Amino acid sequence: MRYWILSWFLLTGLAWAQVPQEKIRIGSKAFPESWVLGEACCQLARSSGAQVEYRKSLGATEIIYQALKQGSIDVYPEYTGTIRQVFLKQLPDATDGDALEVLAADRLGMSYSLGFTDSYALAVPARVKGPESLSDLLKYPELRYVMNQEFVGRQDGWQGLSEKYGLKPKNFSEMQHELCYTAIASNQADVMNVYTTDAQIEKLGLRLLRDDQNYFPRYDCVWLYRADLPQRCPKAWSALQQLVGRVSEEKMRQANARMVIDKEDPGQAAEWLLKQCLPQREGGLGNGDPPLAKKKSRFNAELLWKQTLRHLQLVTASLTLAVCIGIPLGILASRSPATARITLSLVGLLQTIPSLALLAFMVPLTGVGPAPALVALFVYSILPIVRNTYTGLTTLPGNLSEAAHALGLPSSAQLWRIRLPMASPSILAGIKTSSVINVGTATLAALVGAGGLGESILQGISLLDHEMIFQGAIPAAVLALLAQAFWDTLEKWIVPRGLRI
Amino acid sequence: MIELQNISKVYGGRTILQPLTLNIPAQRRFALIGPSGCGKSTLLRIILGLIQADSGSVALNGTRMTPDNARQLRLSIGYVIQDGGLFPHLTAANNVALMAQHLGWARPEIEARVLKLAELVQLPQDLLRRYPAEMSGGQRQRVGIMRSLMLDPPILIFDEPMGALDPLVRFHLQEDLRNIFRDLNKTVLLVTHDMGEAAFLAEEIALLKDGRVVQQGSYQELVDSPGDPFVSEFLRAQRMEAASP
Repeated sequence: MRYWILSWFLLTGLAWAQVPQEKIRIGSKAFPESWVLGEACCQLARSSGAQVEYRKSLGATEIIYQALKQGSIDVYPEYTGTIRQVFLKQLPDATDGDALEVLAADRLGMSYSLGFTDSYALAVPARVKGPESLSDLLKYPELRYVMNQEFVGRQDGWQGLSEKYGLKPKNFSEMQHELCYTAIASNQADVMNVYTTDAQIEKLGLRLLRDDQNYFPRYDCVWLYRADLPQRCPKAWSALQQLVGRVSEEKMRQANARMVIDKEDPGQAAEWLLKQCLPQREGGLGNGDPPLAKKKSRFNAELLWKQTLRHLQLVTASLTLAVCIGIPLGILASRSPATARITLSLVGLLQTIPSLALLAFMVPLTGVGPAPALVALFVYSILPIVRNTYTGLTTLPGNLSEAAHALGLPSSAQLWRIRLPMASPSILAGIKTSSVINVGTATLAALVGAGGLGESILQGISLLDHEMIFQGAIPAAVLALLAQAFWDTLEKWIVPRGLRI
Repeated sequence: MIELQNISKVYGGRTILQPLTLNIPAQRRFALIGPSGCGKSTLLRIILGLIQADSGSVALNGTRMTPDNARQLRLSIGYVIQDGGLFPHLTAANNVALMAQHLGWARPEIEARVLKLAELVQLPQDLLRRYPAEMSGGQRQRVGIMRSLMLDPPILIFDEPMGALDPLVRFHLQEDLRNIFRDLNKTVLLVTHDMGEAAFLAEEIALLKDGRVVQQGSYQELVDSPGDPFVSEFLRAQRMEAASP
């Protein structure tokens, strides 16, 4: 018996003596290739024994870069062209050496290329006969162009390209990247910008136009990481390094296609990619393609439940905050024309901040996750509550206002006994409006890694998977209706009976 | 009692009240009458301390009103406005009890007082639980009168109390009001544009025109010796109205 106890102590002692587990936080951007690489990164880190925290599909480039700088994530897959352009704000001829220097100042680093480039190109479908190179486009002025917003906004994107080649299309529109493919496929547009590893290029039979004046810079895919990562997580870091130089453009495109077209989930596509690129890897079978598990649908009830619950949490928490702060602000506004002007214009101003910009502002302060989402949701929920409280309190019929004064009630008692109860229908209407707006806006929480039904919607859009979009959009609509019903029921308790006759 | 000394008020360049002096002795039933725009509503608001006069002073029961004590002085006034001015989110009983609740009266005390007032204004007890929207105009006005009497103030001010009522209801309420005034022995200031009502309810009448008192006295005095052509004109107009079908 004594030996048993002794050996138990020894074993636990050994366990304690082990090196503390490495903990690595990995991110990915909001498009399919980044998900595959993000998952691949997770799998590599896990197989090195590290504990992995994964922030999938973080919104725009600005958001994920801030998250990296701020320390919410340690590493994510990025492209050198993007690093030079967006982060370093330099011309496309800046070298990778320049990039490393500037990154080092932010205490960041980037790895060597994973082996493939995912560059910009313009592409046309087979039905568009004629143009083979970008210069050829000048001969076909009737073509309809569709570009994604990031490309249009970037210096190394449409701006520079159209100047360099002298393109002035008459018919030009901007939209979300995956929707550009839809536009091309449905013959709504003829020319679009693509990323050279996009799975749809093959599927839709698009022809890439030659960059005959060498406009586009190289977009090598690299790991972008916090400079302390190699010291803090040496094992995980060397696991990630294994992939450097191993991923060919062909393999990457195939992995993308497995997810986008064959509906594998990113984890499976990543697993396939790792097996292809690292055949000697421990645990990887390395013998040929695993059979493609052709899934009809990406529907996942458990995930749906999880997202709905998270959505509800975000809405409830931010709305509660908005009510607790909005009603007092409305009361403050009702005090005098001066406070009304200040409060209402301030709250109105908040409402005009574009949601994506607000999220990007918040990330350096709060990191990614629920915090920036809650702040943004709070900001967008507060206006209707403040305004309706203010309106409800200040539109008391004149004779009743006078009666309240003439009775001799002090203003605090007037507020509690008369004005607030009489304003309750208006206040409640404001809260109702807010909750419906909030349920809708909360879908953007997915952009900062806060989860919720937006995950399915945004991924569905990126994958052109309608079923997946509905998997997020329908529960969101149901939640909005439920919120409405909830307040309708509560109205009977909150609004005094005398006002409902 | 209500003492007004040299009260004047100018609104946006228009003189609403000329310097005006008026004394209403304690327990006198006094009516202020005049055409629309004569300044009677403004005068009322000044007495209630809801607005301030440009000059002059107001004293209630010997206390001079200042911005600081205006709210406290208001507690010595029971105020009734057209259509009762009841709060729609409160039952009749709670409308009546509002101030007493605020002042922290004990519940049984409040209930007893409300029941007593209901009896006084002849309001059936079961109506006390109703909301204003569930009552007739006459009933609402009776509740409004109860509310003004709740704290047993020495002064009652009625601003066009019958304005929104149909003639038959008005007739009965005037009758009841006269009895109430007689029973309670309070200082009453009634503002109306109806000479018949003023004559029926008040012992003394002041006729207001363009912000000044044209004549003051009992109804009989006004009829017997009108001090101004306007007085006879006003009386004549009222008689014609009363005579018309």
